[in-house]
Amino acid sequence: MIELENISKTYKVSRRNAGFKEAVKSLFKKEMVEVEALKDISFNINEGEIVGYIGPNGAGKSSTIKIMCGILTPDGGRCIIDGMVPWLDRKKYVKQIGVVFGQRSQLWWDVPVIDSFELLKDIYEIDDSVYHRNVKELSELLQLDTLLRTPTRSLSLGQRMRCEIAAALLHDPKILFLDEPTIGLDAVSKVAVRNFIKKINETRQTTIILTTHDMQDIEALTSRIILIGHGRILFDGSLATLKKRYGDYKFIRLEHRGGTILPKAGLVVNEENQQIVKLTLDQEKLSINEAIDYLSTQVDILDLTIDPPFIDDIIISLYKEYHI
Amino acid sequence: MKKYLSFFRIRFNLLLQYRGAAYAGMVTQFFWGIMTLLMFHAFYEADPNAFPMTFRQLSAYIWIQQSTIALLMVWFLENDIFEEITSGGVAYSLVRPLDLYTMWFTKNAATRLAKATLRFLPILLIASLLPDPYRMSLPASGLSFICFIGAMLLALIIVVAYCMLIYIATFHTMNPMGIRLVATSMTEFFSGAIIPLAFLPTYLRTLLEWSPFGSMVNFPLQVYNGNIQGMALLQGLLLQLFWAVVLVWIGKWWMQQSLKKVIVQGG
Repeated sequence: MIELENISKTYKVSRRNAGFKEAVKSLFKKEMVEVEALKDISFNINEGEIVGYIGPNGAGKSSTIKIMCGILTPDGGRCIIDGMVPWLDRKKYVKQIGVVFGQRSQLWWDVPVIDSFELLKDIYEIDDSVYHRNVKELSELLQLDTLLRTPTRSLSLGQRMRCEIAAALLHDPKILFLDEPTIGLDAVSKVAVRNFIKKINETRQTTIILTTHDMQDIEALTSRIILIGHGRILFDGSLATLKKRYGDYKFIRLEHRGGTILPKAGLVVNEENQQIVKLTLDQEKLSINEAIDYLSTQVDILDLTIDPPFIDDIIISLYKEYHI
Repeated sequence: MKKYLSFFRIRFNLLLQYRGAAYAGMVTQFFWGIMTLLMFHAFYEADPNAFPMTFRQLSAYIWIQQSTIALLMVWFLENDIFEEITSGGVAYSLVRPLDLYTMWFTKNAATRLAKATLRFLPILLIASLLPDPYRMSLPASGLSFICFIGAMLLALIIVVAYCMLIYIATFHTMNPMGIRLVATSMTEFFSGAIIPLAFLPTYLRTLLEWSPFGSMVNFPLQVYNGNIQGMALLQGLLLQLFWAVVLVWIGKWWMQQSLKKVIVQGG
């Protein structure tokens, strides 16, 4: 369905140091620095997959999404999606995709949401029957009925995001790109959006590519993640693999009456705040039993909790491992 | 085509709702017209023989210009479009199966026509009730009225195509202010929006009449007055057509080139 091969993209960025003198100097001679946003990105995504595309800010996520949406032309490499090259066949290609940029709005600000939908109907040349079926189905799933007649500007962010996602699905796209769809949403809206995405994927077999910083999104939705950093793909595989790779760790939070914990192989102190210590336990080197035994010889324990690693922590350790 | 029409319709309907802006616009345009005419009247008193057109014709020129100001003034630019380009919202327009040039063109034309529709009748009505030399007069003949409508339409296309070049330039400069200021103030003078081109020295006048600027304002208004007739009229309409085609072609080509290089900022 989606094939990317050796995609690369370089931006030219002007840079200068702070200060008036530097500003004047840059009037005459601008120092242009080339930034390699993407180098050698390759992956394949099959029909009906939900893929989480993750990475820290500035890693190249949005650039990749823009290339896959046909907005950005890469400097090199091959990208075939649904048999087309996005940036060459842009007008024909974008009929097959739906896009939601979490940080921008596609709905008309001053008019009721349904007017924006009607316009999209004409833009995508959607058949009446298909359009009415989709509006009905989507407004049931996302509980939009009262929202549709409200102007976009009076919607809350959560309400708006539900409408945005519905707007991206009116024309039955084969592929849905979601760029940070849950950014800024409260817990209830996040769960609603996640459930909906899952449902759409199951019922329509829509291929979904999702970028997010919210690891709960990833955990709830995707079976496969692609991690990108410094413009390269660092990890491409299932969440289970990733967890297994880092799952031998446990996090220990310890409260004690005073004293110091001397370092020991397999036990790393992450944070020490007077009488509260947070440690990471490497179970390959030290068992839980041994760790507790050891800790009780060191300090007088008041309270102790052991937690499995959160996916956030796994990601942070991944970032650390690749120095990004 | 249908998608652009429905885009036009929604935009047009939306703008018809802004009545407050329309009233304010009418008052402004009416007083601006009066002031301009009074200023010309002072020159006319000084030496009527130095006047290249009759005062009645000048009145009609000013009143049509003021009542249809939204159609022909280059400075009626769409802030949404600048905003879209500088903020990166253009990304959403690019993921639609639409031609960006045609869409923006439609948007501009719709806004201008909607604004003009609300304003032109009241201004012309009041102007036709004024005392004689300041009064809005009827067109020179039925034929010149029909030609005037045609010339206005062509002028609208030329003006919008010219504005498109300003938008596209923003892809490259990122800040629209500079180019906007230069392009709009220059055009206002060259197109005959400040004073009719007939008042300019012959060499400058000939040059401007052949340029796209003369086709924007001066030509259609002189057609209404019957100052341009016969072969000169036909020639003028053909010249307008020529500039419309050339400006649209340049804009489309430049847009295509710019989109290849466009980098949607942020996010």
